Formats: sequence, C-alpha cells, structure tokens
Amino acid sequence: MRHVIIGSGPAGVIAAETLRKADPAAEITVLCGEGEPPYARMAIPYLLKGDIDEAGTFIRKDQDHYGRMRIGLVEGRALAVDTAARVVDLGDGPGLPWDRLLVATGSRPSREKIPGIDLPGVRTCWTLEDARALLAGIRPGTRVVQMGAGFVGCIIMEGLLARGADLTILVRSGYMVRRMMNPTASGLIRRWCESKGVKILTRTQPLALSANGGALKVDLGEGRSLDADLYLSVVGVDPNLEFLAGSGVEIGQGVVVDANLQSSVPGVYAAGDVAESPDVVTGKRQLNAIQPNAAEQGRTAALNMAGHPTRFKGSFVFNVLTTLGLAASSFGEWQGVPGGESTEVLDESRFRYLNLQFDGDRLVGANCVGFGDHVGAFRGLIEGRRRLGAWKRRLMDDPARVMQAYVETAVPACGAG
Amino acid sequence: MQKSLHLDPNKCTGCLQCEMACAWEKYETFTIAKSRIKVFTFHHEGRFVPYTCTQCDEAWCLIACPVDAIKLDPVTGAKIVLEPTCVGCKVCTIACPFGTINYVAQTGKVQKCDLCDGDPACAKACPTGAITYVDADWTGLGKMRAWAGKTDTTAATA
Ligand SMILES: Cc1cc2nc3c(=O)[nH]c(=O)nc-3n(C[C@H](O)[C@H](O)[C@H](O)COP(=O)(O)OP(=O)(O)OC[C@H]3O[C@@H](n4cnc5c(N)ncnc54)[C@H](O)[C@@H]3O)c2cc1C
Ligand code: SF4
Ligand code: SF4
Repeated sequence: MRHVIIGSGPAGVIAAETLRKADPAAEITVLCGEGEPPYARMAIPYLLKGDIDEAGTFIRKDQDHYGRMRIGLVEGRALAVDTAARVVDLGDGPGLPWDRLLVATGSRPSREKIPGIDLPGVRTCWTLEDARALLAGIRPGTRVVQMGAGFVGCIIMEGLLARGADLTILVRSGYMVRRMMNPTASGLIRRWCESKGVKILTRTQPLALSANGGALKVDLGEGRSLDADLYLSVVGVDPNLEFLAGSGVEIGQGVVVDANLQSSVPGVYAAGDVAESPDVVTGKRQLNAIQPNAAEQGRTAALNMAGHPTRFKGSFVFNVLTTLGLAASSFGEWQGVPGGESTEVLDESRFRYLNLQFDGDRLVGANCVGFGDHVGAFRGLIEGRRRLGAWKRRLMDDPARVMQAYVETAVPACGAG
Repeated sequence: MQKSLHLDPNKCTGCLQCEMACAWEKYETFTIAKSRIKVFTFHHEGRFVPYTCTQCDEAWCLIACPVDAIKLDPVTGAKIVLEPTCVGCKVCTIACPFGTINYVAQTGKVQKCDLCDGDPACAKACPTGAITYVDADWTGLGKMRAWAGKTDTTAATA
C-alpha cells in the first residue's frame, strides 16, 4: 500500500508515524513543501524570544527518526491531484503515485488587500523563513506596526518586544483575540499589553502602505498615518487548497471530511488546519486551526488509511494563548448557547477572569485569563458532556471551583459521578 | 506487569504528606503548591480526593506537544516532560482532559507526574494506604480510564 501525505506539519508527521505503526509493510511518503525539516509553526514565538534555536522547532529532534521509521521525506510542492490516475503532480518529473492520500497542507496567513502590501518591509509570521526575516530585521528601537491581534498576533508580541521592537498593534474590530475571548477577557489582555508598553489602536485598519525613504508609511485615513520600519500582517489564516481544484474533492471552507476524516473521494483523507470536520459540541462542520486538532486528526486519519476504521471524536474548539506572559484560554461555546446560563468572576487588578457557560447542568464553554492550573479539566467537562448535577449551583456561586467539580464528577470512587 | 498509582479517596484523611513528598522529591522544597499530586477537599461532605495523572493510554499531552517534549518511559509507562525541550506553550495543559499537566511560571515549563522512575514518593509517604503503587489491573485507574473514554455525545449529534 502506497501512502502519500502532502504536508510535513504536525498533522502530516503524526499521520506518517501512526501509519508506520499500524501498517509495517506500507510505503509512506511525506511531501515537504517548504524545504525545511518537519517543524512546528507554533514553536516560532519561542524562536523569536530566543528561548530555542531552529532545531528547537523541529517536530522530531532526531533527524534519523524518519529514516528509521522508513518514512520517506520528499521535497516539493503539490501542484495538482489526479484522483482518477491517483498521482500527485509535482510539476517536474513523473509525479507521486498513491493508493491512499492524506491532505495535510495546513493553512497560510490571509493576505490583506491593500495597496503596498507587496513592498519590502512587509512581513507576516507563519514560517521559519518569516521568523528568520523577523530575527534579522528587528533590533532595539525598530518600529513595528502589526496589523491584527488574533491569537497568533498576541503570541508573537513577546518575541517582538524581546528583540526590542517599538510595537504598535492595529486592531480592525474593537477587541483583541475576539475569536476566542469575550469582551471582558479581551479588555484585560489589552490593558495588560498597554501596561507593558505596547500601543494598541482598535477600530483601525490601514488603507494603504507606501515606501517612505527606507521605511514605510502606514496610511490610517483621515490624515492619520504611522511610520514603520516593519509592517507585520497577521490577520488570520486560509487553508491551503488551491492544488485540489479540479480533483473532484469536495471543498467547503476546507476539505470536507466525514467522521473517518475521509473526503468525498474514497481514499483521499484530510487532517489538521485544512480539514473541515464536525464539532463535537455543536455538530457544525468547521475548520479548527489549532495544534491539538492537527495532532489528533493526523492520528485518526492514519488509522483509517491503514484500514482500521476509527471515528474522529469530533473537533473541539479550544485554545490557550500567552500574551506577554499573561495566559488566557478558551473552550467550546464560550459565547454561550441560547437558553443557557453563565457565571463569572473578575479580579481586574490581578488580571484574573473566569467565565463559565452552561447548558442545563452541563458546562459548554469557558474563558479564562490568568488561571492556569488544571485547565485541561475544562476540556474534560465540556467535551465529555459531563452532567454536573449539584455542582452546577456551586459553580454558579463560585466558578473557580471548577477542578473540584471535575474531580468529584470524574473520579468513580468519589461519589457524585 | 506495569504498575500504576492507585488512589483511594475513601482512605484519604487530607494530611497532605503526598504533596509534601512530591514537592520535596522534585524541587527539594515543602511548598505543596509545587506538588504534582493534589488532594482536593470537599468541605460540604468532609471528603478528600488525591488526584494526579493516570498515565492514560491516549496520552493526549504527549501527542499534542508540538516539539516532542513529552516522552513515554517504556519501563514504567509514564509520560515524562523533558524540561530542556519544552517551550512552555501550554498546549498540553488544555489537551489533557484530566487537567493533570500544569504550567509552572517559575520554570516556564510544564510539569506532571512521572512516577518517580517507578518508585513514587507520594505512595511511600502516604500513611493510610490511600496512595499505593500496584499492578495496573488492580487499580481504580482502569475505571477512570473507562470514564474518560465514555463520552455522552448523543445530544451533540442529534
Ligand atoms: C506563530 C504561530 C503560533 C501558533 N501558536 C499556536 C498555539 O499556541 N496553539 C495552537 O494550537 N496552534 C498554534 N498555531 C497554529 C498551529 O501551528 C497550526 O494549527 C498547526 O501547525 C496545524 O498543523 P497542520 O499540520 O495542519 O498544518 P501546518 O503546520 O501548516 O503544516 C502544513 C504543511 O504543509 C505544507 N504544504 C502546504 N501546501 C503544500 C503543497 N501544495 N505541497 C506540499 N506541501 C504543502 C506546508 O509547507 C507545511 O509544511 C500557531 C501558528 C503560528 C504560525
Ligand atoms: S497528563 Fe493527562 S493526557 Fe498526559 S498522560 Fe497524564 S492523564 Fe494522560
Ligand atoms: S508546554 Fe512544553 S510539554 Fe507542553 S505542549 Fe508545550 S512544549 Fe510540549
């Protein structure tokens, strides 16, 4: 059986390793699209901070690992997929034939549609190549104007400040990380950033960028502008799908997959940022561009490809983010559900906040700022759809007791559960 | 036969010897906040529940780690954090549905129970036998793992 995996991010690598264990005789090829050893994008913030070197971002530290597991790493980009002839077109040469194909091409930064976005001095922060450019380009005092304060935008700030950047963040909406945090949580994060010397302009979106000597002028409209040495565009991501045009694989926002992570074309699977799969709490199909999802889908897709039918438990939307040292996390339906109840505690001076969302006696979502301990229990409670019984009331009164609620409803010998 | 920690809330008196033993074993301090095993107190019914990582088969933490900083110890079955490799991204802390891997601000890394190379300090310290290190089949762990696997998603898919 020939397995071809397009993409060497976490989804692709974990799929390849799982395939090897599940199918010792299989031929496994991973297509690496960036000319780098398989690496984890999410380690980039720590590379910028100087905590690790490039090798610290590698998904497996021992580069013989792939050889030992008989996983072939092939450099190149998929340009097209022929699902009738079952080959991946790499441009030159005969192409890669496959019996089972995994699309694990991840996503890429969305492109702002403004004049000047192609000028030198405009960068994003997504690949090792981007990280190298930022490391080379940012020195103490470098004026960085960053467009976007989504979760990648927030996570990289610490690295930028560690390099000595003079940082201004532009936020199109009124709120930072609004896709994962409610306005109260978002407000805390904003205040925290400002207290660390970051300038934040909300409801601001550049109209154009222009060259201004060796620097850039960022036109904010109404006669306002900012001078920047570097313009960092981090305004969200889009899945890498173009090469599937004409392949017959059904595309929605991403590659549409079923519970076994198989696409509309039998034998073609998708995992990670690129896959559009059903959410476990809402049942709605969606993209879920986070590391744990890529890892779990990579594993599940591989088991199916190896002929062990395995249902993906479903994507669960959750995320953790550290903004200049302030931890924040969000889980599930943090915005609440119709007819649901919610409760919260806020300690503004200590930057601590916890908001819980219930549906009946089940926890369905949460936002946390400054709470780090046992946060995994939120996943356990929400994804496991645990009934809280009497704990619902107790949590309404004191949300911080969530771990107690979890332990008592979880540990079998412990009563309520 | 691999062994695992057997935690019996019915025998726990809440003396916190285990927390002290863990903090001492790992950090040479009696600051129980640093312990990787926690005793939860339920005042409303006067109960104490010792709780730590079950070294679950799914190893959510290990598989979620982007940089291979969590390794399986083939002898004890423990999932062990390699501190020098850990970047402190916290992804494992939200991936573990048991809430048993936690970030430590002082080190910038995460910590979890590593079974002390097969000789867990908490079990040795427990005076009441609420924490024992026994053959895996004997533990309530099997039940707990079954609990973890059992999810009620009917309402979601309906
Ligand atoms: C700076 C930064 C910080 C992040 N922080 C976090 C975080 O804290 N927590 C979190 O959960 N997530 C975080 N993420 C997101 C996380 O990195 C992604 O969700 C994860 O990488 C998805 O894995 P994947 O394997 O699906 O895709 P990717 O990691 O994007 O890998 C896809 C691979 O496919 C290759 N590829 C694409 N197109 C082709 C083609 N046509 N041919 C061949 N190869 C191709 C790419 O080059 C790449 O190697 C962060 C991302 C960034 C950039
Ligand atoms: S920390 Fe959590 S996910 Fe990791 S082995 Fe322990 S119980 Fe499993
Ligand atoms: S915090 Fe450390 S161990 Fe946990 S996922 Fe991140 S790098 Fe891995």
